[in-house]
Amino acid sequence: MTRSFAIEAEGLVKHFGDTVAVDGVSFVVPEGSVLGLLGPNGAGKTTTVRMMTTLTRPTAGTGRVAGHDILGDPAAVRRSMGLTGQAATVDELLTGRENLRLIGSLYGLDPAYIRRASDELLERFSLADAGDRTAKTYSGGMRRRLDLAVSLIATPPVLFLDEPTTGLDPRSRVELWEVLRELVADGTTLLLTTQYLEEADQLADNIVVIDRGTVIAEGTPLQLKDQSGAAALVVTVSRPEDLEIAEQMLRDHVAEVHADRGARQLTAPAEGLGHMTRIAGLFAESRIELDDIGLKRPSLDDVFLHLTGHRAEDDLADDQTEEAS
Amino acid sequence: MNDQTGTTTRSGQISRPDIRQTGLLRQSFAIARRNFIHIKRMPEMLMDVTIQPVMFVLLFAFVFGSSIAIPIEGGYKAFLLAGIMAQTVAFSSFIVAVGLTADLEKGIVDRMRSLPINPAAVLVGRSFSSVAHSSIGLVVMSLTGLTIGWAIHTDVFRAALGYLLLVGWAFAMIWVGIWVGSAMRSVEAVNGVMFATIFPITFLANTFAPTDSMPDWLRTIAEWNPISALTQAVRELWGNDMPLHADAELPLQYPIVFTIGWIVVITAVVAPLAIRTFRARTAD
Repeated sequence: MTRSFAIEAEGLVKHFGDTVAVDGVSFVVPEGSVLGLLGPNGAGKTTTVRMMTTLTRPTAGTGRVAGHDILGDPAAVRRSMGLTGQAATVDELLTGRENLRLIGSLYGLDPAYIRRASDELLERFSLADAGDRTAKTYSGGMRRRLDLAVSLIATPPVLFLDEPTTGLDPRSRVELWEVLRELVADGTTLLLTTQYLEEADQLADNIVVIDRGTVIAEGTPLQLKDQSGAAALVVTVSRPEDLEIAEQMLRDHVAEVHADRGARQLTAPAEGLGHMTRIAGLFAESRIELDDIGLKRPSLDDVFLHLTGHRAEDDLADDQTEEAS
Repeated sequence: MNDQTGTTTRSGQISRPDIRQTGLLRQSFAIARRNFIHIKRMPEMLMDVTIQPVMFVLLFAFVFGSSIAIPIEGGYKAFLLAGIMAQTVAFSSFIVAVGLTADLEKGIVDRMRSLPINPAAVLVGRSFSSVAHSSIGLVVMSLTGLTIGWAIHTDVFRAALGYLLLVGWAFAMIWVGIWVGSAMRSVEAVNGVMFATIFPITFLANTFAPTDSMPDWLRTIAEWNPISALTQAVRELWGNDMPLHADAELPLQYPIVFTIGWIVVITAVVAPLAIRTFRARTAD
């Protein structure tokens, strides 16, 4: 059945004049799952979301949202999805409740329904006390939550979130993640763009990494981490003078060792959990005191560096393509 | 979601409320309503149609009033009022442009466009609130006029037609506002462009002084200025007009016909441009 995918992108291409913002992006999102569209600024994330949400017409390619073609039936697409844009697009002069009512009535929802749903959404997003205050008085986190609540007034089965936590403090970010997890638990399909690798790691079932308009990798967070090399065994000694002896000891059991004197750390390719336990046992029998011993999986940051040759955060100045849209 | 709304989820399947297909009119009213809430929250938004024109009326009436002799009942003050009203409705393009640019900048327009509504509702809603905005100005100025000696000396029908032409003009100027608002990247730019163009145009006319005493070349320009036809039409319809110069240009001799013509021509020329610019701005 085709409906098993809530979102499908097929070879999306977008040119702005001579600039190629998106150059053949394809992906699918199974119903009820979360796709993280990961990439640095200017990678083409926002443009991809704008095409999928019918705001921008693709130069080539197409897509489907809840089974509706974005080119063939954009009205049905708009009925099936909610969008929370990069900047919190709530109306500052309206109260939280008025914002909900405006969007609710534009969806053609029944006024009594809008009232009830608004109460619930405000409650659910911890905005019940602020519902009758103008959004101008809200904090950044409250605005984002209101923005999200507004997108949910018609309970769309598919939700697009463009960098939902950009500019939020860590606590608000974690709170928003919590809300998003609940939505997914309720069956909503989520596509979120992010440049925070941690966010994709936390929320996404699948990740599509895009850079310069093309998909450069995809898979589950775990698969992506595995792609960029095996895990490492990291040993941290307590006393700097023990480092050399520890290095000698380790060399007998692993192929290569890298020593970092400043951090009192030895790094070696890991060969599984049992191997690590044996080595930990050896150190326990010796007089060498350890601060720490463990396996370190590559972080998504390492993955990103591995895939693109540059770190995600390095590109902050390079965002013209996305801004131009 | 909790159970009583009927939006509860069952095994991952979301049940949704009814989304009724609404018409352009209802959607536009919902958006206009939001713009009215803005005015309620920030009454100073009405300054351009209240304090500013009232100040102009008083300033011009008392500064120039004594030096410009107008041979009509009520004198210069009665003559002035139609001019100020014409200027104010010309400024309605300002209101639209500033509001639209702000919405575009803040992403509000994109949010609306992501909803299952007619994309034109964003513009039509803005037009509604803008005409209401200008109409408030017309009421305030009429009341101000009445207190300083202006009055309508004709019948109800002609009085109404005068107001209708002013509102019609405000409608035509909305397209100018949409055009400028879609083309400009910031509210500051809109203010700059509109102030540098609309403001002098409203002065280079018969709005604040009769054209009779202008040098010939200037008089020709002023009398062909569309604002002059509107001002003259309203003055004639309200009985605030003074006898025309014998060689007055055509628009002043047939001001009502010309005003309706200008409204049609401006709309026909600018509306397609405005819609194209708005589409280009929002579609990419």
